[in-house]
Amino acid sequence: MSLDDFYRQDILDHSQNPRNFGTLEHPDLSAEDSNPLCGDKIRIDIMVKDGAIEDVRFTGVGCSISRAAASMLTEEIKGKTLEEVKRIGRDEVLEMLGIELGPVRLKCALLALKTLKVGVYGLQSWQAEEEE
Amino acid sequence: MKTAEKTAAPDPASRLDAARIRKDFPILTREIYGKPLAYLDNTATTQKPIQVLRALDHYYRTSNANVHRGIYLMAEEATAAYEAARATVARFVNARSPKEIVFTRGTTESVNLVSNSWGRKNVGRGDVIVTTEMEHHSNLVPWQMLAEEKGAKLRYIPVDRSGRLDLSGLDALLEGPIKILAVTQLSNALGTINPVEELIRRAHAVGAVVLVDAAQSVPHLGVDVRALDADFLAFSGHKMLAPTGIGALYAKREHLEAMPPFFGGGEMIREVKLTGSTWNDIPFKFEAGTMNIADAIAFGVAIEYLEGLGMDLVRRHDAELTSLAMEGLGTIPGVTIYGPPASERGGIVSFTLDGVHAHDVASVLDREGIAVRAGHHCTMPLHAKFGIAATTRASFYVYNVPEEIDRLVAGVRKAKQVFHG
Repeated sequence: MSLDDFYRQDILDHSQNPRNFGTLEHPDLSAEDSNPLCGDKIRIDIMVKDGAIEDVRFTGVGCSISRAAASMLTEEIKGKTLEEVKRIGRDEVLEMLGIELGPVRLKCALLALKTLKVGVYGLQSWQAEEEE
Repeated sequence: MKTAEKTAAPDPASRLDAARIRKDFPILTREIYGKPLAYLDNTATTQKPIQVLRALDHYYRTSNANVHRGIYLMAEEATAAYEAARATVARFVNARSPKEIVFTRGTTESVNLVSNSWGRKNVGRGDVIVTTEMEHHSNLVPWQMLAEEKGAKLRYIPVDRSGRLDLSGLDALLEGPIKILAVTQLSNALGTINPVEELIRRAHAVGAVVLVDAAQSVPHLGVDVRALDADFLAFSGHKMLAPTGIGALYAKREHLEAMPPFFGGGEMIREVKLTGSTWNDIPFKFEAGTMNIADAIAFGVAIEYLEGLGMDLVRRHDAELTSLAMEGLGTIPGVTIYGPPASERGGIVSFTLDGVHAHDVASVLDREGIAVRAGHHCTMPLHAKFGIAATTRASFYVYNVPEEIDRLVAGVRKAKQVFHG
């Protein structure tokens, strides 16, 4: 794989012009995580309506792979139900990026997904508590 | 950044012949994505010469046996080779005796040995441990753990904007019940060479002992523990041409004699009864279980290789490559180099490129066959101080050549072009 394949145009585009970048004022859920290997950080804010993701924003510092993955992921999940979001896994993220990654950069690519999962599962347990 | 080394006509007889040295390192013929490997991550670990690889192979083919136990020829050969390696390590750092050298897995284990054994015995509630803002996590976290356990306090010598230790407030930092100063001699992130002699003198003056993190200084500068008057000195084999999994702790004999064991087990005992045990002589008191015999022997061979080159020339070679790299990278707009001038650092250059994350710089360089490190280099507090999440770090050793520095500079220019068009 050449450098041009690795830094595909859409990866560069998403990392330099990330979609859904920013924060939400009153998010229904918000999760933060970091990559201890490189100090990259990400925060994802989500608004939920009728069990589906109405709006989403992310912020943080990271390399092009982690930013592009976060940007693509936020586009992907908008409008999806929390159940659908739970089914998104590492293969789906790698498919969005369209490149092969070694174990170190894989952690960059999956940081947003990991953060998203923490947020979504956190909200579910919170809702369960409210229902009791 | 011109330096004397670069402008003065170098005496060919007093320089390393890196081209010849490269022939001893089989891995350097490897290609990466079709390009020749330029290995510039020597602060993380170094490559191994054929002499070290042969020593490992020879040991396992001819003398493999457990040391200090078997009464048979191979066990005696293994013991002799293992203890000869200890003597080589002792000679290399100018210890008074091989008894002052404890083999460990590396710098991290050496520091943990001191924090657990010496620290638990000598540090109590309200006592003070002094360290610095530029420490590798391996010379920071063990002291945080000890301080938490004992109710001791940690103080940090600050780092100034130039990447040097700010010693202006040192007298105040050294006031009170100071037990130990733990300091790196050569910063793995900035390359800064610290004035360890002065720090040791001033710590001793207030009755504290000093542990020197020499993970980078022993491989790159050469260290004389007696000239430094260090109490403890921790270093790793794999950063100086030896295999991973072997390192050493130098400690003054009187400290080792007074310290309790770290690990319990075989070899470290004198007598074991069901009611209790007594300890073996130093250094064996600290070498519980079967040690990393083959790698220790290979560590000795790696040191002999460096001795053959001469540490003065190793240091000069590092300095020349460092000057070239700082000069070359400094011509690229948007590049910021962290740390002091080339004349005050070891062979380490950490930098950022505006608007391009360190991972992305490293990925572009990787595609050019150039191996560098990107991240916080296990110095998160230091990176926080400079307000950056990550840097790209190039670091040099005996087999690196100026052409590789040129490739590094061209690679960083390419990274800039990929991300800024």
